[in-house]
Amino acid sequence: MSATGWAWLVLLFPLLGSIAIALGFKVLPTKAAGAIGTAAIGLAFLCGIAALISLLGESAEARHHASSLWDYASVAGLDIKLGIFVDPLSVFMVLVVTGVSTLIHLYSFGYMRSDEGYHRFFSYLNFFVFSMLLLVLAGNFVLLIVGWAFVGFASYALISFWYRRQTATKAGMKAFVINVVGDIGLVLAAFLIFRELGTFEYSEVFAKAPHVFHTNEWTVTAICLLLLVGAFAKSAQLPFHTWLPDAMEGPTPVSSLIHAATMVTAGVYLIARTHALFVLAPTAADIAAFVGLATLLVAATIALVMTDLKRAIAYSTMSQIGYMIVGVSIGAYGAGMFHLMTHAFFKALLFMAAGSIIAAMANEQNIDKMSGFAKAMRFTSITMVCGGLALAAFPLTSGFFSKDEILAYAGARGGMYLIFTVLGYFGAFLTAIYTFRLIFRVLPGKPCPEAQELIDSGHVAHESPRNPATGEEEDTGVGFPGAEHHIAEQSPPMRIAMAVLAFLALFAGFVQVPGVDNAIANFLDPVFADSPLAAIHPSTSWSWIGLGIGAVISLAGIGVAYWLYVVRPEMPAKLQKRFAALHTFLYNKWYFDEAIDFLIVGPALAVGRFANRVFERLVVNGLVSGTEDVVGGSGRVVRVVQSGFVRSYALLLLIGFAGLALYFLLSSS
Amino acid sequence: MNIEWYIVLSSLLFAVGAMGILIRRSPVVILLCLELMLNAGNLALVAFSRMVGNQQGQIFAIVVMVVAACEVVVGLGLIVAIFRRKLPLDVDALRELRG
Repeated sequence: MSATGWAWLVLLFPLLGSIAIALGFKVLPTKAAGAIGTAAIGLAFLCGIAALISLLGESAEARHHASSLWDYASVAGLDIKLGIFVDPLSVFMVLVVTGVSTLIHLYSFGYMRSDEGYHRFFSYLNFFVFSMLLLVLAGNFVLLIVGWAFVGFASYALISFWYRRQTATKAGMKAFVINVVGDIGLVLAAFLIFRELGTFEYSEVFAKAPHVFHTNEWTVTAICLLLLVGAFAKSAQLPFHTWLPDAMEGPTPVSSLIHAATMVTAGVYLIARTHALFVLAPTAADIAAFVGLATLLVAATIALVMTDLKRAIAYSTMSQIGYMIVGVSIGAYGAGMFHLMTHAFFKALLFMAAGSIIAAMANEQNIDKMSGFAKAMRFTSITMVCGGLALAAFPLTSGFFSKDEILAYAGARGGMYLIFTVLGYFGAFLTAIYTFRLIFRVLPGKPCPEAQELIDSGHVAHESPRNPATGEEEDTGVGFPGAEHHIAEQSPPMRIAMAVLAFLALFAGFVQVPGVDNAIANFLDPVFADSPLAAIHPSTSWSWIGLGIGAVISLAGIGVAYWLYVVRPEMPAKLQKRFAALHTFLYNKWYFDEAIDFLIVGPALAVGRFANRVFERLVVNGLVSGTEDVVGGSGRVVRVVQSGFVRSYALLLLIGFAGLALYFLLSSS
Repeated sequence: MNIEWYIVLSSLLFAVGAMGILIRRSPVVILLCLELMLNAGNLALVAFSRMVGNQQGQIFAIVVMVVAACEVVVGLGLIVAIFRRKLPLDVDALRELRG
C-alpha cells in the first residue's frame, strides 16, 4: 500500500475507536472501552510506521504525496478537496502524536480505572487523537482549520471532563474562547491566502507564493501574522497563554497528552508547515521568534514560584514551546521539530509522574504539602527524576541535545540572533532550577501524612475528594473524580507507559548528536529544502562547545536548586521575604490575567452592559413590545365580534353578502 | 311563463330560509331553513337555465343537491351527537366559539 493509503488508515482507527466507544457505552464493559481506545491508537501508530517505511522507500525528492477522498466543496473557482498531504513532516508528527498517545492511553487505562466517566473519557481522548491527526495530515488550509477547531473542542471537552467542578468548566470555557480567537486568526489568514493565490492546497500555495509575493510585502506579512495569532493561541504563547495553566483542571492524562505533548505543539507544526510563507516575511518570523523568546523567559520565571505541581509543569511546557517557536521561526526547523519530539517524551512523562503523586495525595496539587515520596513511591520518583533530568537538559539526556541544537543554530545565524542563544541559555538555567525545585521539594525529606500512609499500609483510597483549587468537598458521583485513585506502583499499564517514556526521555537524544548522526533533520530535510535558512548549519565544533556550555548551565541550575532546597531549605523563604515584591509579581503570573481582564474583558463587558441598558431596553424592547401592543390592541377590538352566538355570525354573513350584492348592483347600473 | 315569477319565488324562499336561520334556535329547524335557502338557489339556477337555453344551470342544481345531502348528513350527525351527550339542543346555549 502507498504512504497515503496508510495515512488514511491512521486517520480511520482513532475515529472508529471514538465512535465505537461512544455508541457502545452501555454495553461495553469498562475494561473493553479502555482496550478499544488504546488499541485504536496503537493501530494508528503501526500504520504511521508503515507510512514511514513506504516513504523511506522512495527517493528524498519524491517524498511528498497528496491524496483526496472526494471534493468537499467545488463552486465558483473554489476547489476544496477532502485531501491529505503526506510528507516527512506530517509523518513525523503522526508518529510523535500516535506514539505518545498510545502510551498515554495505556496510562489512562490504569489511572482513570474507577472513574464513572470512563467511556466518555476514552471516547473524547480518541476523538482528540483523530482531530490532531487530521490537523497534521490535512492537505489544504480548510481541512487544517477543521482539525484545528476539532482539537480545540476536544481540549475543551477534556478540560471540563469533571463537569460538576465549577473551576473545571470555567477553565474549559476559557481555553475554548482563547482558542477561538486563534481560530479566527487562522481563518482570516486562509481567506487572505485564497484572495492572493486563489487556492487552499498546500503544494500550490507554497509553490506560487514566491512568485506572487515580494519579500516583506504587507500581504504576506499580514498572512503570517494572522497565522501566528492561531499558532500562539493554540501553543499558549504570550499573550494568549493564560488558558494553559487553568487547563490543568482536567484529568492528568489530558494534561499530559493535550496540554504537553501534542495539541499545544500544533502552533510549532503550523509555523514549520508554512515556512515557505515565513521565509517571504522575515519580519513576521522575527516577531514570532521574539514572542517565543519572551514566552520562554516569562513562563520560566513564573514556574520558579508556582506552588501547584501541575501548573508549574504547565508553565514549563509554555517555556519549552517557546524554544520550539524560536527554533522553527529562525530557521532551525529540524532542531525545533526534534525538540518537539523530545519534549513530548519527557513532558508527558513528568505529567504522568505528577499524576501518580497527585493521585496519592487525593487530588491535592500543592507542593508545600508534599514531601518524602522518594520512599513511598520509588518507581514514580525514578521516572520523575528521568523526566526532570531531560527537561533540565542534563548532559546526554534527550532535552540536552534538542535544546542546544536550537541555540547553536541561533548562534550560527549570528547577528541579532545571538540574543536567542544568550537568553536561551539563561532560560535553560531557570529551567534546571525550577525543575529540580519541584523534584527536591516533592521527593526527598520526611514523608508527608499521605506518603507515610502509603508506606505503612500501601493504601491510597480517600473518603472525600476535594477540589484542589477551592478546597471544597466533592461527592464522587458522575462528573467528579472518583474516591479511589491509582498510582503507578499499583498499576502495571501505568508503569509500562512510564517506563517506555523514561527510556525515551533519557536516550531519544542520541538519534541526533552533532557530528555523529542527524537522523531527524535528515529525514525532514526534503520538506525544508526550499528555505534558504535550511542551508545554515552550525559547525560541529561550535555545536559541541554549545553543548558544553549547556551542560555547565544545566549542572549549575541543578546545583543551585540542590543548595536552595536541600542544603539550605530555609533559604527560599528568606529570599521570598527579601524580594517580596518580585515574588508577588511572579506568583501572580506577571498579572497577565488581570491585564487581559482590564484591557479586553472589562471594556467588552462595559459595552455589553451599555448595550443591555440602552439598546436592548429602549430600542429592541421598544420595537418588540410596541408590535405586541398594536397586535394585542386590535385583537381586543375584534374580539367583541366573536360572541359565540352562531346566529349572530349568520346575520353578519348575510349583511356582508347583502352589502356586496348591493355594491355590485349599484356599480353595474 | 315569465322569468320574473321564478326569481320572485326564489327570492321569497331564500328570505324565508334566512329569516328562519336568524330567529330560530333549534338546530333541526335551522338545518331545514338551510335546505330552503339552497333550494331557492336551485330554483333560480333552473329558471335561468331555461331562460338561457342550455343545461349548465341544471347541472349546477344537481351538484348543489349533492352538496346539500352531504351537509344534511353531517348536520344531522352533529345533532344526534349533541343529543347523545345530553347537551341542550339550542344553538344559543352552544357558544364554545366565543373569543
